[in-house]
Amino acid sequence: MLTAEERDVITGLLGHYTDPRAAVVEALKVVQEHRRWVPDEALPEVGALLGLSAHDVDAVATFYNLIFRQPVGRHVILVCDSVSCWMLGYEDIATALKRRLGIGFGETTPDDRFTLLPICCLGACDKAPAMLIDFELYGDLTPERLDAALGHYA
Amino acid sequence: MATVFIDGKPYEVDPSRNMLQVALELGFDLPYFCWHPALGSVGACRQCAVSQYKDADDTAGKLGMACMTAAGEGTRIGIESEEAREFRKSVIEWLMIAHPHDCPVCEEGGECHLQDMTVMAGHAYRRYRYGKRTHRNQDLGPFIGHEMNRCIACYRCVRFYKEYAGGRDLDAFATARDVYFGRSADGVLESPFSGNLAEICPTGVFTDKTLGEAYTRKWDMASAPSVCGHCSLGCNTFVNERYGAVRRILNRYNHAINGYFLCDRGRFGYGFANREDRPTTPLLRRVRGGAPSPASATEVAGYLGTWLAEPSGVIGLGSPRASLESNFALQTAVGAERFYHAVPEAERALVATVLGLMRGGPVPTASLREAEDADAVLVLGEDVGNTAPRLALSLRQSVRHAAWRVADKAGVPRWQDNGVREAAHLARSPLVLATPEAGDLEDVALASLCGTPDRLARFGCAVAHAIDGGLPEAAVPDAVRTLAARTAEALLAADRPLVVSGTGCLSEAVVRAAAMIAGALHRRNAATKQLFVLPQANSAGLALLESAGGVEAALARARAGDIHTVVVMEADPDRVADPAAVDEALSDVRHVVVLDPLPTGFAARRADLVLPAASFADAAGTVVNHEGRAQRFAAVRPPPGDVQASWRWLRDALARGGRSEAAGWQRLDDLTLALAARGGDLTGLEHVAPPAEARHAGRPLPREPHRASGRTAVHAGKTMFEPAAPPDPDTPLRHSMEGHYAPGRVPPALLPFLWQPGWDSEQALNKFQAEITGPLKGGDRSVRLLAPDPDAPAPICDPPPPEPGPADGTWPDPADGSWPGPADGTWPVVPVWRVFGSEELSTAAPAIRARMTPPHLLVHPADAEHLGLRPGAPLTLTVEGRRLTLPIALSETIPEGTIGLPAGFPETAGFPIAGATTAR
Amino acid sequence: MRDEDRPLTRNIRPGEPPLDRAGYEEAGGYRALKAVIGRRDPGELLDIVKDSGLRGRGGAGFPTGMKWGFIPMGPDAPKQKYLIVNADEMEPGTFKDRFLLEGDPHQMVEAAIVAAWIIQASDVYIFVRDAYRRATDLLRAALAEAREAGYLGRNILGSGYELEVHLHTSAGRYICGEETALINALEGKRAVPRQKPPFPQSSGLWGRPSVVNNVETLYNIPHIVLRGAEWYRGLGKGADGGTKLFGASGRVKRKGPWELPMGTPLRELLEAHAGGMHDGHGFRGLLPGGASTGFLVDEHLDLPMDFDPIQNAGSRLGTGALIVLDDRTSLMGMLRNLEHFFARESCGWCTPCRDGLPWVERILAAFAAGRGTAEELDILEMHTRFCGMGKTFCAHAPGAIMPLETALKYFRDDFERGLTRAA
Ligand SMILES: Cc1cc2nc3c(=O)[nH]c(=O)nc-3n(C[C@H](O)[C@H](O)[C@H](O)COP(=O)(O)O)c2cc1C
Ligand code: SF4
Ligand code: FES
Repeated sequence: MLTAEERDVITGLLGHYTDPRAAVVEALKVVQEHRRWVPDEALPEVGALLGLSAHDVDAVATFYNLIFRQPVGRHVILVCDSVSCWMLGYEDIATALKRRLGIGFGETTPDDRFTLLPICCLGACDKAPAMLIDFELYGDLTPERLDAALGHYA
Repeated sequence: MATVFIDGKPYEVDPSRNMLQVALELGFDLPYFCWHPALGSVGACRQCAVSQYKDADDTAGKLGMACMTAAGEGTRIGIESEEAREFRKSVIEWLMIAHPHDCPVCEEGGECHLQDMTVMAGHAYRRYRYGKRTHRNQDLGPFIGHEMNRCIACYRCVRFYKEYAGGRDLDAFATARDVYFGRSADGVLESPFSGNLAEICPTGVFTDKTLGEAYTRKWDMASAPSVCGHCSLGCNTFVNERYGAVRRILNRYNHAINGYFLCDRGRFGYGFANREDRPTTPLLRRVRGGAPSPASATEVAGYLGTWLAEPSGVIGLGSPRASLESNFALQTAVGAERFYHAVPEAERALVATVLGLMRGGPVPTASLREAEDADAVLVLGEDVGNTAPRLALSLRQSVRHAAWRVADKAGVPRWQDNGVREAAHLARSPLVLATPEAGDLEDVALASLCGTPDRLARFGCAVAHAIDGGLPEAAVPDAVRTLAARTAEALLAADRPLVVSGTGCLSEAVVRAAAMIAGALHRRNAATKQLFVLPQANSAGLALLESAGGVEAALARARAGDIHTVVVMEADPDRVADPAAVDEALSDVRHVVVLDPLPTGFAARRADLVLPAASFADAAGTVVNHEGRAQRFAAVRPPPGDVQASWRWLRDALARGGRSEAAGWQRLDDLTLALAARGGDLTGLEHVAPPAEARHAGRPLPREPHRASGRTAVHAGKTMFEPAAPPDPDTPLRHSMEGHYAPGRVPPALLPFLWQPGWDSEQALNKFQAEITGPLKGGDRSVRLLAPDPDAPAPICDPPPPEPGPADGTWPDPADGSWPGPADGTWPVVPVWRVFGSEELSTAAPAIRARMTPPHLLVHPADAEHLGLRPGAPLTLTVEGRRLTLPIALSETIPEGTIGLPAGFPETAGFPIAGATTAR
Repeated sequence: MRDEDRPLTRNIRPGEPPLDRAGYEEAGGYRALKAVIGRRDPGELLDIVKDSGLRGRGGAGFPTGMKWGFIPMGPDAPKQKYLIVNADEMEPGTFKDRFLLEGDPHQMVEAAIVAAWIIQASDVYIFVRDAYRRATDLLRAALAEAREAGYLGRNILGSGYELEVHLHTSAGRYICGEETALINALEGKRAVPRQKPPFPQSSGLWGRPSVVNNVETLYNIPHIVLRGAEWYRGLGKGADGGTKLFGASGRVKRKGPWELPMGTPLRELLEAHAGGMHDGHGFRGLLPGGASTGFLVDEHLDLPMDFDPIQNAGSRLGTGALIVLDDRTSLMGMLRNLEHFFARESCGWCTPCRDGLPWVERILAAFAAGRGTAEELDILEMHTRFCGMGKTFCAHAPGAIMPLETALKYFRDDFERGLTRAA
């Protein structure tokens, strides 16, 4: 299922490491960049490029929370739920997001537009509360400012 | 030795160990989960916490893990300190948070390490009042059940399966309290060592599905010490039984052989002994051409006795799956000159050659333990992963010596498992594989080579020549010569080199070349060892009994006309010869007698008398493994129906026929002694196990644990009285719970099960070893029959002549056009073996049948193209007029120009392999 | 503060793009690199770092020079040796490494090369958390520029020294910041920590000698080797030398980060730099160095922010990122949030952390809802004792339990209030 391009990028990673296994996380991210998530069928193919079994690849994939082993929407919202943001209104932001999108954490909107996930401290405590949409940082959030942010993503 | 202090008392201990191991060896009850003697320490579960004190004045101490603490001089720990006890109790409390507490319906209940440790740590009262996390279970195939909610995340399963056994399809997934152990998706566990999960898992996550089918608690099962009958390694097992059926096989620790682990063929191959269609009463064909009908034991003894009364007209076929004693009985009954081996002559001769190389040469034979200790290994010709799986597991460990060397240098103790693996990264001791097709050790091998047996033999000769230039040279391609030189170099550089070979290639040239390499090495390094895998569990034992030849000779003799009776004992002639030829040869034989625990097609078709013979579960016997080690197996149950050991049938018949040879054969010991009295290789055989009259503290040994229940209830439909346990004349074991069972003091050869107060699981083993991972208390339980001759010259052989093909003796290569494919449609056939499918007894077990894949002829892709065949297309082999049609499968590693034939399958057994074969 | 007194951040102009190579060099950058690679003896440089008293800024405060001193040197040392830059920053409340990487990526590159020279590393791996995409892009560009200038590669500035710097982007999980877990993550394994010993300096990445250092730690290095140990020590106010990026979060007026001398008193941080509490909010306590440090309260405010004084007060300097609790925020809610984080981020290897922290989280939720029990107060205490250092496999759980342990000490009343009230 992997495209020639995905394969090329993954093989290109190998030069950085003594052991091909070390490229597994980045290889999974290559797959994810191309198809938003890592489907089951990708596991054996990634594994074959690195000399690993599909199970071994999945063992690593499921360790890291930013490797998505389930489909996600076109845009992924990662809301910081750690302490500094929590103190400055995380709960309001989370509630507002859930209401606006009509979904809970771990879910995707029916139009496949957004997936909502929590994430730990973004190193943006000076702009708490904060979130990432497609890894773009939004800080000093208020429920009112959410709409503007969401509006950037079709 | 170092002095360490435990709870204030000094002890002298081995400083290369960790404090958990030391404490257990000294008899302390210190709970643990993640540590395992064969896997080492990783410090994950935190269950073995103890107080650690800086010096004699430190009374407060700090908590630390015993398993991660070296037993260095002056180490002071407190097992009984308040803090340590409280912490250990808390660890159980944590582990129990999400545990389902389903002990009443859990297969592990009653022999659960988690139960034991919970009691030991003193956790009883549940304080957690929130929800439990739950998991989805997986279907892992016919062997192993999966119930993830019981998991306590000790990580042992994945450490064993992946790191120790090299499995690729079991792992740890996710993180935090969601960690999950299983496969990425449902599916059959691929590793042939998956069954060990049931033992290595300290609770009921991974369980033995074959036990689960008719589940019984450990305390309700009879148990007996046994020896695996599914290959020539002779791994030690416990057989468990209830209501007359074998319920499971467990590993029985033997320091020198299987250690802690069995293969799945050995563990799940027992089902043949439970088959409904197995003969339990004698069947006699009273009228020529008529149907056989049941007969009484006395009646058939009379018939057989009459036939045996004239031994000159009788031939017997002994078997490598029958005990030494039964083979001896048959040999006695028919006379050595009419005693044949029920194996092809080529196999018989090859086994004889191997035994000759073992006792006629200077190189000692390695046990499995010694194979594991080897630090450079060449495997020549034998696909050990399929013919002797447990050996493959040992060889997989042998490559770790390089890692230990790195660890020693880095100051990482060898028991610190992850530390060693991380420090050593990919450091591996050399393992070179030269086999007909790529096997399961490829991933850890330094190099591998695939070829026809002749090519492998020439490679072997090239290795020998590279070790000792005085040995004959072999014509091999340059690349192969380079590999031979590298191999020789690695073997010469090793402290304990090992050469492994065996009968799997059915090639004299291969085993002789292997012996030549071992001999050449041995001249340079006296620590060199060799190891030959043999075809079956008792191939070596059978070979120690003089015979008139193999099955071809037997059939020729039968055909010659002066034979009125043929006795086939525990063998299926259809598996070793062409059924049509068999029938033709026996056409004038008046009495064909079959003794077998299996219902064979041959017996149904041709036997005039079928005698139900005992299986390993029903009667005791002695078998001799590949290294010439004689071992005793005991019955776990009284034989069902009229079943008895083959030798007893023969004894009874001989007595009825007025022959006196068997007069003294009352018990198994009588035959063993008679054999031992023959001297030679059999000297000392009587020491294989304590005699039947041996007593322990004046009493026999029980087969059932103390808590065995329901014996009366079992028979309640017949009588309210508790029936007496049937006698077992062959061992000091009783078929009941009466007797004396003193943990740690039962002679290992008789140890029926593992149990110790507070230790209901197999982990009780720790208490039975003098040193953990060392021999059991009470010492060795076997007799090594074949000793090398230190003064014998090292064997020399000539390489097989170069094959037709490129004139310079190089191997043809389809890539460069030097392999045009066989021009005349004649293809050499190479035997290939399958762990599930190639061995007779296990293929009669339902669990193994469920795990077998139907045989395919293996064809190299270049040849398939040449033949215009796609995978799955049928191909017909024609040999000596016999035809065999099977679908093909492509194999990159099967040598070009040959066809790999999976041997021993119900579909392929008996089809000739050795010799030239034509295919179309 | 004068630029030379804030070596870490002097090139950083918030809101403006960072300096490119030309700009960085104009500002005095790559001078250290040019001065030492191939010119100064690594042993001599190591002595300078040792003398500077620099202590690791990743949280544990281990003396950097001493750490490097364990790396085998000389002709018998393994050829492959690794410097690993820990840019995984996920400690709640902490935002210093992002600030440095986004503000002055060339300084990271120079620092890594100079540090690599001192330990004679063959490769540098910069391990960046996935969420720091901007920092990653900037680093990638800076590395390309450095390579173009001959600061990287086969023969750096004609010195014969060969060094590669590799950028490795991770995929989440706080535990990857723990140095041995990070090594496993780099090897493409599940990022479970490793047992120490063996320490990474003797057996680290792929079994080779390796050093893991925090981003901020390394930013100091070029300045130390250029200006010397004495200058560096002089920057600090107390026992520990140098400057540090401090910051604050919670209901304070300003959040930072600020580069200030080590040993700056807490009160000064809180009142002068953070500007005190928001109007209408009083001060209750603070975690001085991220989520995994213990509470300090009023009585501690005059302590200098140096490693030892904070440790002696029962907390840890950690990352120097203050998390300030005001008097209107629920302590129990805050604790619950913290333990939720730590429970979720447990790697799942050892029992107390994997199974204990989720229990603690649930108990705290019960207390927050006024449904705690007296027995559970004991259970919380039990966890503060049994998730401590040495009892778990790594420092994650001990860090997790520190806020709880100190909260039980200073804010006992809140817990009493969380008990189920008798009807
Ligand atoms: C759970 C845990 C998470 C950590 N996360 C980080 C981190 O994100 N960044 C970091 O520099 N150090 C982190 N550390 C500390 C590192 O283990 C290590 O001490 C540090 O990177 C060493 O660098 P230094 O000596 O320069 O401070 C963490 C430690 C623990 C126990
Ligand atoms: S304390 Fe244990 S479970 Fe927690 S992160 Fe460390 S090793 Fe993993
Ligand atoms: S047995 Fe020691 S920590 Fe698990």
